[in-house]
Amino acid sequence: MFKILEKKNLAPSIKLFVMDAPLVAKKARPGQFVILRIKEGGERIPLTIADYDAEKGTVTVVFQEVGKTTRELGTLKAGDSIQDFVGPLGVPVEFPHHKKVLGVGGGLGVAPLYPKLKMLHEQGVEVVSIIGAKTAEMLIFEDEMKAVSDRLYVCTDDGSKGRHGFVTVVLKELLEQGENFDEIIIIGPPILMKIGAEITRPYGIPTMVSLNPIMVDGTGMCGGCRVSVGGEIKFACVDGPAFDGHKVDFDELMKRLATYRDEEKISLERFHESHECKLTEQIKGADSDAVK
Amino acid sequence: MPLNKSKKKTPMPAQKPEVRRRNFNEVALGYTEEDAVNEAQRCLQCKKPGCVQGCPVQVQIPQFIKRIAERDFDGAIKVIKETNSLPAVCGRVCPQEEQCEQRCVVGKMGDPVGIGRLERFAADWERAKGVQVPELPAKLGRKVAVIGSGPASLTCAGDLAKLGYDVTVFEAFHKPGGVLVYGIPEFRLPKAIVQEEVEFIKKLGVEVKTDMVMGKVLTVDDLFDMGYEAVFIGTGAGLPKFMGIPGENYLGVYSANEFLTRINLMKAYSFPETDTPIKVGKKVAVVGGGNVAMDSARSALRMGADEVHIVYRRSEEEMPARQEEFENAKEEGIIFDFLTNPVRIIGDEKGWVKGMECIRMELGEPDASGRRRPVPVKGSEFTMDVDTVVIAIGTGPNPLLINASKGLELTKHGYIAADENGKTSREGVWAGGDIVTGAATVILAMGAGKKAARSIHEYLQSKR
Ligand SMILES: Cc1cc2nc3c(=O)[nH]c(=O)nc-3n(C[C@H](O)[C@H](O)[C@H](O)COP(=O)(O)OP(=O)(O)OC[C@H]3O[C@@H](n4cnc5c(N)ncnc54)[C@H](O)[C@@H]3O)c2cc1C
Ligand SMILES: Cc1cc2nc3c(=O)[nH]c(=O)nc-3n(C[C@H](O)[C@H](O)[C@H](O)COP(=O)(O)OP(=O)(O)OC[C@H]3O[C@@H](n4cnc5c(N)ncnc54)[C@H](O)[C@@H]3O)c2cc1C
Ligand code: SF4
Ligand code: FES
Repeated sequence: MFKILEKKNLAPSIKLFVMDAPLVAKKARPGQFVILRIKEGGERIPLTIADYDAEKGTVTVVFQEVGKTTRELGTLKAGDSIQDFVGPLGVPVEFPHHKKVLGVGGGLGVAPLYPKLKMLHEQGVEVVSIIGAKTAEMLIFEDEMKAVSDRLYVCTDDGSKGRHGFVTVVLKELLEQGENFDEIIIIGPPILMKIGAEITRPYGIPTMVSLNPIMVDGTGMCGGCRVSVGGEIKFACVDGPAFDGHKVDFDELMKRLATYRDEEKISLERFHESHECKLTEQIKGADSDAVK
Repeated sequence: MPLNKSKKKTPMPAQKPEVRRRNFNEVALGYTEEDAVNEAQRCLQCKKPGCVQGCPVQVQIPQFIKRIAERDFDGAIKVIKETNSLPAVCGRVCPQEEQCEQRCVVGKMGDPVGIGRLERFAADWERAKGVQVPELPAKLGRKVAVIGSGPASLTCAGDLAKLGYDVTVFEAFHKPGGVLVYGIPEFRLPKAIVQEEVEFIKKLGVEVKTDMVMGKVLTVDDLFDMGYEAVFIGTGAGLPKFMGIPGENYLGVYSANEFLTRINLMKAYSFPETDTPIKVGKKVAVVGGGNVAMDSARSALRMGADEVHIVYRRSEEEMPARQEEFENAKEEGIIFDFLTNPVRIIGDEKGWVKGMECIRMELGEPDASGRRRPVPVKGSEFTMDVDTVVIAIGTGPNPLLINASKGLELTKHGYIAADENGKTSREGVWAGGDIVTGAATVILAMGAGKKAARSIHEYLQSKR
């Protein structure tokens, strides 16, 4: 069992857990993730390691309540425990020679972006970041990002904070103004990563994205997480989850993410019934989130 | 001892095909005491028994059968367990028709003695009354690490614990058992049996740690640093192979590993009581001809598919699946398309599978495996109308642990190179089971775990 040491509500439906997981914390590196299972009979779901502290033996995860498992997770409190917490999985990212990097994070994607930029910042690399969310209320990790960025742009879709518009608008502007980077890291919903990678492509700037296909084991034994990168099949859990954004087949990824749409709805409805939740509206909201 | 001269095996009580094809309960129900004694009396008690030579771990077959015939069931299981630690499993899943039973003299004039069924009977008889934990020697205070928890690892861990070692098993999944839990379905090997085997080694003092993806959370070096004096690697051959044909990423295409893991380990058959879903359509094609293909096809049927095909590029004769499972599958209504090979999978605009184009094959000259090589018949392409495809064409070695472990020599196919006792090129490290041989059988993995345990014991004895 793995204990939740701390819980924070970062935004409506976005929560942060600090988990007691000393072995995972000891080996964790930026770019890696864990797979967790709440209890017997539960689904194994992947979450990115948003932060870790090897000395304290803790691992931080941030999740958005989109379906049954993440919602159930959200009902847990500090002091509760979950059955399984496996990791660190995936290939750590490394940028040994970079001098200047741009990070672009949309919505929940800011959380997985953070540990990479933190590492770069600690390496002395110049970090520019663009983060965004639907509304000011939904924006997460602003302070953390500020602390590791030399320059930070904030955007909201509705203009309730910072620039009015998508993060990709600022991305485009910076590139059009002729600013150059050794690498651009874009993390967010697949559609954002797809559009972002198209914007950077003509400039020939290496663009890293972090993919979120449906996973089971996270160790390369099922192939369910396969993605097409440069025309080759890759298993995101062991070959990624970070890949060259210019080579990823995002359309295929988005299609595959919809595989269990019907079942996800059934699961969620059952969960709501058993939790006597009347907020059918919320279900609909969560569904449209998942679609992205 | 009276002899039973029947040419036929005493029939195995089983669920009727039309019933079992829609449930996950065990198909074969096991012999009664009378059935077992009756079948045991078919054995001629050969002086030079062929059966024993056919058994990869040389179970003293006539001896245990004699005891069953004498109703000394305690004695029977004791004989079996001298060389086979997992008889309840092996009695159910060993390919007896290629091993002991193939060499049985009685088989020359009819059915061979039902050795597997008798082994299962003896093991189940012991299980029913509760397996006794043997008296354990004093602890040696020396630690051995075992990676993976399939039959190779369970056996190695159990044998070392019986010798007094402090053994820790490190398993990547949340549940121990390897292929026995995630691959072989409930209807062929009830998970309660695997669970009992795991409980048994725990009673021997073995510590079983799950959620341990070795190579990621801990490396072999870490284990030595932690005071483990020897390491056994039994991580299996779990890397799924795809065909490399167009359309393999369409929705509704599964590797057999994913398909079976969702169903068996994650219990997708109880969805939505359990949370992990699976999509099994109306018409399913399973590509391959081994046990994995049979299990996938029969699982698909049980998940509610109307029509399930096994698409195999060679003919019935070359099929590597256990004979009994092939028979069972046919009885349950699985359709076999032999000499057929997929060329591409066809999808609809949303990316869902809607068909599979195949080509007919014919058998040519024998290939490296000695089997006649299938060659495509020009112009014989046709399209199967299917909505789910399961690819069961084999697996390879998972490089996750290997890449994180220094000093391990590999074979040219990426398996761990080890001698006949499982010793690898790295001091203090042994390996056995599918990660050494490539996908093989439970009995061979079990045997490899046993040999390695003996060799580890010798090494640790001489080290101090
Ligand atoms: C490497 C990786 C890192 C991730 N990191 C984070 C993170 O830090 N924070 C976060 O909130 N989310 C993260 N995700 C996505 C997260 O795993 C899914 O949101 C979660 O599994 C949804 O489960 P659910 O039961 O709540 O929702 P469901 O209703 O089951 O699904 C909602 C949507 O989530 C996706 N999904 C469903 N099951 C899985 C699964 N087993 N694996 C992956 N995706 C699935 C599908 O697109 C689905 O449409 C990550 C995914 C991957 C692959
Ligand atoms: C569907 C199916 C049906 C089969 N049917 C039969 C049959 O009828 N008869 C028969 O004799 N054989 C059958 N086999 C083959 C048989 O199951 C295998 O040969 C046998 O299980 C191999 O045992 P093993 O101990 O080497 O490894 P496995 O059983 O593969 O176990 C390996 C274990 O190691 C774990 N592992 C892997 N990597 C790591 C890591 N890095 N860290 C920690 N743990 C790790 C895995 O999760 C797994 O639990 C079948 C196989 C399959 C897939
Ligand atoms: S070969 Fe057949 S008859 Fe002879 S001892 Fe073995 S099981 Fe009995
Ligand atoms: S999640 Fe199973 S191979 Fe990646």
